[in-house]
Formats: sequence, C-alpha cells, structure tokens
Amino acid sequence: MSKQKATAIVAEQRRIAPDIYDMWLLTDLAKEAYAGQFIGVYPKDGARLLPRPISICEADREGGRLRIVYRIAGKGTEEFAGWRSGQSVEILGVLGNGFPIQAAGGKQAVLMGGGIGIPPMLQLAKELKAAGGEPIIIAGYREGQLFLKKDLEQYGKVYVATEDGSAGIKGNVLTVMEQEGLAAEVIMACGPMPMLKAIKAYGAEKQIDAYLSLEERMACGVGACLGCVCKTTHKDGHSHVNNARICTDGPVFEAREVDI
Amino acid sequence: MNTKVKIAGVEFKNPVMTASGTFGSGMEYSDFVDLNRLGGVVTKGVANVPWQGNPVPRVAETYGGMLNAIGLQNPGIDVLIERDLPFLAQFDTRVIVNVCGKSVEDYLEVVERLGDTEVDMLEINVSCPNVKEGAIAFGQKADCLYDITSRIKKKAKQPVIMKLSPNVTDITEMAKAAEAAGADALSLINTLTGMKIDIHRRTFALANKTGGLSGPAIKPVAVRMVYQAAHAVKIPVIGMGGIGSAEDAIEFLLAGASAVAVGAMNFVNPYATVEVAEGIETYMRKYGIEDVAELIGGVKE
Repeated sequence: MSKQKATAIVAEQRRIAPDIYDMWLLTDLAKEAYAGQFIGVYPKDGARLLPRPISICEADREGGRLRIVYRIAGKGTEEFAGWRSGQSVEILGVLGNGFPIQAAGGKQAVLMGGGIGIPPMLQLAKELKAAGGEPIIIAGYREGQLFLKKDLEQYGKVYVATEDGSAGIKGNVLTVMEQEGLAAEVIMACGPMPMLKAIKAYGAEKQIDAYLSLEERMACGVGACLGCVCKTTHKDGHSHVNNARICTDGPVFEAREVDI
Repeated sequence: MNTKVKIAGVEFKNPVMTASGTFGSGMEYSDFVDLNRLGGVVTKGVANVPWQGNPVPRVAETYGGMLNAIGLQNPGIDVLIERDLPFLAQFDTRVIVNVCGKSVEDYLEVVERLGDTEVDMLEINVSCPNVKEGAIAFGQKADCLYDITSRIKKKAKQPVIMKLSPNVTDITEMAKAAEAAGADALSLINTLTGMKIDIHRRTFALANKTGGLSGPAIKPVAVRMVYQAAHAVKIPVIGMGGIGSAEDAIEFLLAGASAVAVGAMNFVNPYATVEVAEGIETYMRKYGIEDVAELIGGVKE
C-alpha cells in the first residue's frame, strides 16, 4: 500500500493527562504501520490547511486500528481533542521511516521517551518484544502524570524520571541510566531536542548506536516541499546538500547521521 | 470535448500543471496521482549548483494559507538532469523546469544545460521572496526583468515562461516588460511576502523572519493579477495562487489564464491536481462547452 490520504473513523478518545489525548482511529492504514512512523491528521476547520504530524503510538494491524497520543499544541490539535467516537476524519499516511527493529537484534535496547515523545515508544517496545527482545524503557515526564506507563509495562521494564521529582527519579532519562546503573547496547529515543542532543552525546561517549526520532515544522509530509529538513553530517543522496527531509528520510535517524 | 491548450507552441493535454516547489520533481506525488493525467509537471527551482536553502523553521501555517521560506534548496542541475528528468520522461506529460540563480550568469548556465534535454519549457524564477541574492531582485524592477528575460531568451532553446512576483506596484508593467523582452509566456503569481510572529515566545515563526504566503488566502489577489496581466499582454498567462478545486481553476481561466497550476493545495489534498483536471471536464459538460479555449478570458465584462 502506498501513501494515501484516507478517511478514518474515530473509535474512541479520552484525555489521559492535562492537554494529552489518546485516540484510536479505524483505518486500513494500520495494516502497514510500524513503530516510529507517523500520520498526518487534518483539521476539519478549512482555514487550517496542513496535516499535523503525529507519531503512531500503537498499530493494531489485524484490527485495522491506529492509536495516537498527542498533546494540544495549538488550534489544530485543540480541534482534534474535541472529536468524538464515530466521527470521520481525514488522515495522510503512513509516513516516514520507523525505528530499525533489526538493529536491536540480540542487543539490550534501551528506549527513551521524553514527554510527548513517549507515545511512539509503546509500539516500539511491542515490536521489540515480539522480535524476542526485552527492552528497557525510560519515560521522562515533566511531572507526575505518568501517561502510558501501564501500557509500556506490558513490554518491558519501565523506569520513570520526572523533572520535578514527583515520581520516579528526579531528573531526565539519562539521570536514570546513571542512577540505576543501566547499560544499553542500542538506544532508541524520541523527545524534545535538548534530550535528543544529550542522547547523541551520550551515545558517542559510550560508543552506543542511538536512533533518534526528530520533529520539525512540516507542510507536505511526503518529501516534496523541503520544509522539515535537519542538518546531516554527510550530504544525503536526495538533497545533495547537508539537509535530510525529516518526513521521508526520517523521522528516525542514526545519531551520527544528524548534526543536531 | 477538447481540453487541450497550446502555450508558445507546446500542446498540453489539459490546462492543469503543478506549481514549482510544491511538487518536488513529481516523484513524491506519484504515489498519489498518475502523472499521465496532468497537463504538465513544473519541477522545483533548480540552480547551477546545489543550494542549502534557509534554516528551519521554514514553514508556518496561517489562516487559510501558509508561509514558506525554504530558500530554494535544490540539488543542482546535474542531479535534475541525471535523476529527475529521466523519471519524468516515463510519463506522458509536459515537463517544465523552473530555473533559479543568484546572478544572471547562474540562470544562463542552467538554461544552456537544459538546452540539450527533452524539457518542454523553462520557467524562470525571478520572484522567489526567500533568498537574499538573485531571484526576486530580478523581478521587481521592469528594467531588470527586461534585461534578464532578453539575455535568457538569447540562450534558451525551449520556450521561456517568466514567473512573476505579486510583490510589485503594478503587475502590468512587469508583464509588459517580460513580453517586450521576448518572453513566450508568463506565470503568476508567486507567493506574497508575509510574516508571522509567535506571541508566546515573541519570536518569528520562520527562521528567515519573512516568507512567501500561499494557499486559498491569496486566491483573490492572484485572480485579479492574472486578469490584469492577461489583459496587458498578448502572450499566454499561466495562473496560480491558492487553486485547490476545479472551481478555483475555472476562475483563473475566465480571468484570462491559458492554463493553471496547483501549488500549496497539493499539501492539503495530494489528489488535487487530478481532481481539478476532472472537475474542469465536468464543468465543461455541464455548460455544454466544447473547447476549453472558450473559457480562457471568458468572464463577461
């Protein structure tokens, strides 16, 4: 199935933390959705034109359902939060390249999710476990609203960090690595840019492969407009300058490939 | 029913094309649309050497539109010739290459390189508002536009379309200057220079501060300018600016455009180009129009 714009049906939606919503969509696009990929979700308000890139939290391929967990970041996502079961909505997908499951083969994978970067870790943990791995998952939250923690616990040992120390270890995902004495053989991460930069540096220091899922303002989502580029260490084959398209060359990159 | 249009001697199977910069080189959207169904594909602006483009954020949504400041990132003419043109040659559609440069010499180099290719037409970008050198600098003064157009015409082996900026005082003056210099056709409008400020962070939404506004928000401005330009010159005009439906496209045809291009609305509806082409046929059947030429400039005065 190639990329398409399709109509999905909202199966259910609920609020799971302040400004964080958990929505299941009925769509055939689920059949080819993998961890780290994303969909574009279109606002119904015709004045808001562009699809909002939202990572896949869970893909129920047999059931034809996709789960997205997103934060209200503006008027578009504010509209999404008001959608009810049974409503039909327009989505674009499946977009981007996901996490390389085979890169974790036989290695201890540590998954690091920060804030709204936690949701894609769920599908990733599920796929790694299905492939025979036992992922360690570190979820970094701003405060004690530990959304998706129980879900994540189905697929691996979960550690929690909070910025305010209200749950788990006070600090960030790397504080957990240090204080719990954890060792990773491969890291897969999604979260805010300062966290990803710190993980890139950590991976370089410890000589661990780290796969990072990046985010940027996007327009087309399919690699045509060149809106969402990130600096790369080498000239990439498409752009012939040091700019890869996050939407199509990513969003997941090996940390050494990107100059963040 | 005839949907074919002829521009500077080049026949298009229908009057629907893609607007430069919104469709890559056709490859990205070929997942969504059969390129054989389009009148033409206009590729993203290409220079003599690869360009990095601007820092991110490069795009921002605005009410009914969007701003972009990509800065004409492109892989350079070599890659376009080696990779993109052979890809497009597989399809039965016209290929128009959009050409950009920092100096007149840059443009001329690209135009010369394209002379040996199967490209059907050249579109000269003298209207991008997002780069510091070249581009719009050539398109905002009538004498500069005349100069670059005439120099390109001397070198070009294919018919030349000059893509005009709406960021001018009088579009008819620019249209006439391009025509006088020998341009074979005009295309307009490129984006309108705009700005967006994030009031919570107190920062510009775009790293470039300003960007080009496109999308439905600019359509009335575009229709007006296409009307003015088409009535000021005898050469054909290709109309663009917020087109997302056949209704939009027909407005441009009635205003005087000989063909239209779909730009930002590809992002909203990746099937828009083909839907516009089909919708024009539906409209023609509904009103018993035998030839799409009857629509061109057909608004009642």
